[in-house]
Amino acid sequence: MAAAAGDVRDVVIIGSGPAGLTAAIYAARANLRPLVIEGEPSSSSDQPGGQLMLTTEVENYPGFPDGIMGPDLMHAFKAQATRFGAEFVTEKATGVDASERPFTVATYSHSVKARAVIVATGARALLLGLENEARLMGYGVSTCATCDGFFHRGFEIAVVGGGDSALEEALFLSKFATKVTLIHRRKELRASRIMQDRALANPKIEFLWDSVVVDVLGDTSLESLKVRNVVTGEDTILAVHGLFVAIGHVPNTDLFKGVLDMEDTGYLRTVGHGTWTNVEGVFACGDVQDHVYRQAITAAGSGCMAAIDAERWLAETA
Amino acid sequence: MAAGISDLTDATFDEEIKGSAEPVLVDFWAEWCGPCKMITPVLEEIAKEQAGKLRIVKLNVDENLEVSRRFEVMSIPTMILFRDGEAQTRIIGAKGKQQLLQDLHPYLTP
Repeated sequence: MAAAAGDVRDVVIIGSGPAGLTAAIYAARANLRPLVIEGEPSSSSDQPGGQLMLTTEVENYPGFPDGIMGPDLMHAFKAQATRFGAEFVTEKATGVDASERPFTVATYSHSVKARAVIVATGARALLLGLENEARLMGYGVSTCATCDGFFHRGFEIAVVGGGDSALEEALFLSKFATKVTLIHRRKELRASRIMQDRALANPKIEFLWDSVVVDVLGDTSLESLKVRNVVTGEDTILAVHGLFVAIGHVPNTDLFKGVLDMEDTGYLRTVGHGTWTNVEGVFACGDVQDHVYRQAITAAGSGCMAAIDAERWLAETA
Repeated sequence: MAAGISDLTDATFDEEIKGSAEPVLVDFWAEWCGPCKMITPVLEEIAKEQAGKLRIVKLNVDENLEVSRRFEVMSIPTMILFRDGEAQTRIIGAKGKQQLLQDLHPYLTP
């Protein structure tokens, strides 16, 4: 990275998932010299490359009839952005000043001025939020099935959630575990039909319906879960060696509180069908402003829109 | 392989850890772990910058089950810092450079 002090970038992109990197490709091809604040390593989905970095096979991204591994897809996105001149800072944005133009985006060691800012910070996976869950993180409780499935070979584990992410994790983990109990608060899944069919047909996956995890138990490592049936109110203990949680996402917008308009749920508000935020010159794309579709392809699409919106706005205000 | 980061195995682990004058950070990793790959360049930078104060080595959990089990590694990346052969602290999960340096700082050779 070579942003000299005093240098004003045309476009700074915060985030490097499908939205941020697509915006980078389009902005770079428009000769806007985008600088991408890509985030920093993490074992959660909030990391360079975004949520797909923790997934295995992506089967619904068009152009890959045989599927592609999530990290491979994101490496390809980045290589394409790099090819056209996008530059990267491997740090998290720590502050955004949108009160005057040019805007300022700060990280731990950089402070960059930008005529336009594209926010693509995405969303991160929610945890249960239990005290013992945090204590046993890394000792049976995991945020990364692809990293930690291996350690549960020959043991019984649990996955919490009922969407595509939960079923994908359950199916992946069934390769290692002797039994995967899928704990879901309702009686039906909201996952896609194809994922439901696969999970229901998998002999290692059992379903615990109408149930929530109320405590995570174990001394030095996870031993069991206290599970409550939400219909009967009855608590049972389920012995497990591993716990993986896929109960939804929360947008990464803490940085923008008081800076950009957002919903009560934290998702950024954009105007109409475009990517404009309430601050002229700041655009938002991907999961950070989309709680409806939340797909790699929709994120990439809105990243493209943000770059085009930014390019047009820069041309008009120059 | 990475400059300054050598590989330990079940066979070499004890000798290398006990025989080191500097504190040793062992990075437990595996090929299939994305966040492990992501911190490799970060660890390489730290190894270079902290040369003489800290030694960084890695251990492939897939190939070295004995040591991984002995230290009850259940999640990777896990990094354990040893001084005089004794485990001092454990860092679980990938982190950025500044956070890692902050976590390691109290254990580095002054």
